[in-house]
Amino acid sequence: MEILLAVAVAVLTTCGVFLVLRARTFPVLLGLTLLSYAVNLFLFASGRLRIDAPPLIGAGAIFADPLPQALVLTAIVIGFGMSAYLAMLALRALAASGSDRVDVRPEP
Amino acid sequence: MIAHAPILPILIPFVAALLQLARENQRWQRGVGLLASVLLLSATLWLLWLADDGVLRVYALGGWPAPFGIVLVVDRLAAAMSVLVASLALPALLYATAGFDARGRHFQPLFQLQLMGLLGAFLTGDLFNLFVFFEVMLLASYALLAHAGGLARTRAGIAYVVLNLLGSSVFLIALGLLYGALGTLNLADLAQRLALDGHDRALARLACALLIAVFALKAGLLPLSFWLPAAYGAAGAPVAALFAVMTKVGIVAILRLQAVALAPAMPDLLAGWLTTLALATVAFAALGVLAATRLRALAAWLILLSAGTLLLTPAPASEAASAAAIYYSLHSTLAGAALFLIAGVVGTAEDAEDTEDAGEPCRRADAPVDGLVRARWIGPAFLIVAATLAGLPPFSGFIAKLMLLSALRETPAGAAIWLGILAAGFLTMIVLTREGCRLFLKNRAPAERPPAPIAWQKTTATVLLAAAGPLLALLAPPLSAYAERAARQLHAPGAYVAGVLGAPTPGTRPENRQ
Repeated sequence: MEILLAVAVAVLTTCGVFLVLRARTFPVLLGLTLLSYAVNLFLFASGRLRIDAPPLIGAGAIFADPLPQALVLTAIVIGFGMSAYLAMLALRALAASGSDRVDVRPEP
Repeated sequence: MIAHAPILPILIPFVAALLQLARENQRWQRGVGLLASVLLLSATLWLLWLADDGVLRVYALGGWPAPFGIVLVVDRLAAAMSVLVASLALPALLYATAGFDARGRHFQPLFQLQLMGLLGAFLTGDLFNLFVFFEVMLLASYALLAHAGGLARTRAGIAYVVLNLLGSSVFLIALGLLYGALGTLNLADLAQRLALDGHDRALARLACALLIAVFALKAGLLPLSFWLPAAYGAAGAPVAALFAVMTKVGIVAILRLQAVALAPAMPDLLAGWLTTLALATVAFAALGVLAATRLRALAAWLILLSAGTLLLTPAPASEAASAAAIYYSLHSTLAGAALFLIAGVVGTAEDAEDTEDAGEPCRRADAPVDGLVRARWIGPAFLIVAATLAGLPPFSGFIAKLMLLSALRETPAGAAIWLGILAAGFLTMIVLTREGCRLFLKNRAPAERPPAPIAWQKTTATVLLAAAGPLLALLAPPLSAYAERAARQLHAPGAYVAGVLGAPTPGTRPENRQ
């Protein structure tokens, strides 16, 4: 379980970083999304991994830590809003300049 | 009422934004925005006065006590920064009501939401809550940066958004590591557990280093500062003026984390590298100031210069350095914002129409400026702001630098810091003199069109902010004494931890509890 999660976080982070470094808006957006998936998995694991345990204290003998789940929920919502805004901004830049590069300055 | 004072600076802008969203009527939105800003200023001044009794005011949201619930913590530093935000917001908003807010939708509610994020980031005592307020502040700033369009603004916006999204990811990773290692995200609880044994020291240290890196990205420390001049230089004048306080959020976060959690538990985390990088930032920004060809870009580089100067203060972790940092941030924010507003007025006149030219490439420094409005006040206002920013004697810049230099003289890098700051100040003076000559003396070309009159809102806002330089200098004795008291409170981490973890529910005051 731990190894599976660690590998998933590693692969997602690698792909995310690779895509962000492409410096074109669409790959960057995908890369940021993958990175946020990796971050969410990582946050989730910070409360330790327990199988078949409800995130409720008192519901049973074993329980999962509910706080990281709340943190992940917040992070998902915020990350989603940010990605949507970035997509809009990228479309606007594409429409205005015809280029999807992140880093090019306009020709003088 | 007094028990609920800490939440007021967050509630006022939030309610104002909701009211403004309810009716999309320009006069209504402007009225609500200005009224809310005046209310905010009075509320934060009241908070400043309350906080000066030295009692830590802890506000437990929802009545949940500290390590479990989220708390807002008001000490002298947080109150001073809230007043700074509020006193910057009022002129910036007044300037925007002259017409900038109408050139796109939702400027007014976004402005209020940005204020809410800024104030929340200064007031919160919980690291995850700090992340949330950072995001509120950033989301509003993304939209404000792109306000009123233009390709340059959109491009600067993309780079700014991508970089800050990466920063947010790193922030979350740091929070996950901290929670995994220590089991808490409350700053006071964190400080307490860091000092005890029984946790993974390497993991906690890594998490703290990542946190510092994220705050350094917001503050503009050198390898992470390339976005700052581009974004600030592209934003519209009132937006850029408000952004002037955003770097201070990162710096205050570093100061507080260092004073409360790091200094007792791992005092060597910032040693060595932070001061070196801050000095490099100062040198980099000074070169940028020298190379800037437009007043707006110059103002952006000066913001970076002040951020670099401020980043020299956390590493020594001394009361004198922190006191100097507090006074310096008051001075540099207000003066930097004033220069942005002046650049807005001059830029508007440069284009002879109200386009706030963002998409235009750099103007050559020696090109004559047609149709610059010869308003009587703009020359003296520029002179005062320039003298303040360059650190010349009668104004607040001189006092701020004096405090900073005398506080940092005894530190190991003292000589290098003196050399760097004084050389940067000298370069600033040269460049501001050059700009003043270009804009106000050399410009003899006759206007093709009659110059547009400057709206009274712009005049009032700019003069108010420009007056901050002399005013802060006149008020220097009480202000620097307050900054010293704030620094003393900041560097008493034991009192902070005890004050927060014994947090009462709202309705009982801290001193009644004992």
